[in-house]
Amino acid sequence: MARHMLTGSRIRERRLVLGLRQADLARQVGISASYLNLIEHNRRRIGGKLLVAIAQALGVEPSMLTEGAEETLLSALREAGSEGSAPVAELDRTEEFASRFPGWAEVLATSHRRIGVLERTVEVLSDRLTHDPQLAASLHEMLSTAAAIRSTADILASDDPLEPEWLDRFHQNLNQDAQRLADSSRTLVSFLDEENTIADKQGMPQDEVDRFLADHSYHFPALEAESETPASLVAHAPQLQSQVAKDIAQRVLEGYGHNMRRLPLRLLMSGIAECGTEPGALAQKFNVPLEHVMLRLGMMAEEDLGTEVGCVVCDASGAALLRRPIGNFSIPQYGAACPLWPLYQALSRPHIPLRRVIEQQGRGGQKFVCYAYAWHAGPAGFGTDPLVQAVMLIFPSVDEKEEPVSVGASCRVCTREGCDARREPTILRDGF
Amino acid sequence: MSRHVVLIEDEPNITEAIRFLLLRDGWTVEAHADGASAVEFIEAAKPDIVILDLMLPGKSGLDVVRELRERDGAQDLPVLMLTARGQIKDREMAEKAGVTRFMTKPFANAEVLTAVRDLCAQAEQR
Repeated sequence: MARHMLTGSRIRERRLVLGLRQADLARQVGISASYLNLIEHNRRRIGGKLLVAIAQALGVEPSMLTEGAEETLLSALREAGSEGSAPVAELDRTEEFASRFPGWAEVLATSHRRIGVLERTVEVLSDRLTHDPQLAASLHEMLSTAAAIRSTADILASDDPLEPEWLDRFHQNLNQDAQRLADSSRTLVSFLDEENTIADKQGMPQDEVDRFLADHSYHFPALEAESETPASLVAHAPQLQSQVAKDIAQRVLEGYGHNMRRLPLRLLMSGIAECGTEPGALAQKFNVPLEHVMLRLGMMAEEDLGTEVGCVVCDASGAALLRRPIGNFSIPQYGAACPLWPLYQALSRPHIPLRRVIEQQGRGGQKFVCYAYAWHAGPAGFGTDPLVQAVMLIFPSVDEKEEPVSVGASCRVCTREGCDARREPTILRDGF
Repeated sequence: MSRHVVLIEDEPNITEAIRFLLLRDGWTVEAHADGASAVEFIEAAKPDIVILDLMLPGKSGLDVVRELRERDGAQDLPVLMLTARGQIKDREMAEKAGVTRFMTKPFANAEVLTAVRDLCAQAEQR
């Protein structure tokens, strides 16, 4: 496969190798043949779930389509060579290394990718242990019960004779506590086992809302078609178990409906075809507030947008109200994110749109173009302090020449050195 | 006259075990399970030492000890904190709040007994 071929061309080449018709592949991945044709001729950007689906249908890794096999290997080797405390001296000889020792190069690249996966696992677990109230309460319950058992068992095991009534009492307590420990252990195991049922996955209400939105790919065609209402969608969502989660989801969908009425999908898509996805240009074209456009783009289907998009909305405290992940960009599920994100810079400058190219430390050098904006949410009034919210749209950077700003995910999993914004030390150093 | 311990703990079986342990060692023990009224309970009981859980209903053990240290006559009262939260930051917060000694659950009875005896002896020497 040629090194500098574009993604669409690689898809076309692979499809032809397999002898698949354009219409057949399009049907398999749920898009029209004409849209696939645009992708194959590199006239539409492709990423996210659609790319994964096409790669699956073509029997290759998504990176084989976006970068080609050789480029994927070289990129992994360059990352491995440049992410240590000091970049390896022979970084400029990566291609020579890969061609002279292809086997070792593959081993090194695979190990590097594996380290990335493990670091992300540590990040999620650490995040969860630190901030998840249900997990903390469960562990506290187990330790308290263990303390009662240990103390009672100490007394029963001592050589000093016990009066019969104390003996009965302590036997009874021990029995009760053993039962409690068994129950709380089972609860903890089912809580940690995320694989099977929705009930097992219940955490905080925001987690339920995140799952609900992710399962809908952050887009609600039934709301757009007005065949469903926020209330009916929430009522029939199996992901939303708690009343608090239902209330949060209802608010999100009502906001979605409000923005949708200001900017119907058909109109917005015609604007994107004309001006692209730059939110400022779209707001100007349709004469609507910038936040409406940004919130609308943040909840669009990738197929409609023609690109992947991530979105984070937060309130003035920095707490995330909405998290739509994208690619390798890490958005902490619990606790505070990196204060260097343009989202938080926008909070300090309401009504001033910010555009930044960023690179998240430790995430394989992928660049993103971020648009961030903060606005006064809620009704204005004399003698009332405004409520501020901010939104950040995150797009994959394509051929971006601008030097990226380096940011992290959260301090605990960020190894940026000499960072003035650091709140706490990282857990990823010193022998990890 | 026997020395007097107040135990603020909301786990009844821990309370029972510690109460038994201290009674057998010659202490009088009064127990209380609520954080919100703990300071008043301690003030009324006038103990020689307090054993205090960190996570209590109504008010945390840290808030209880902070309030206690502001009351007349309770600035030097020995407080032994028992908690399931044993991270360094929890220990530092407890010390800052005015806890005399910090012990993590699950504890050994002998450790609790030794700590209670030591803390009382140190307080008497002052």
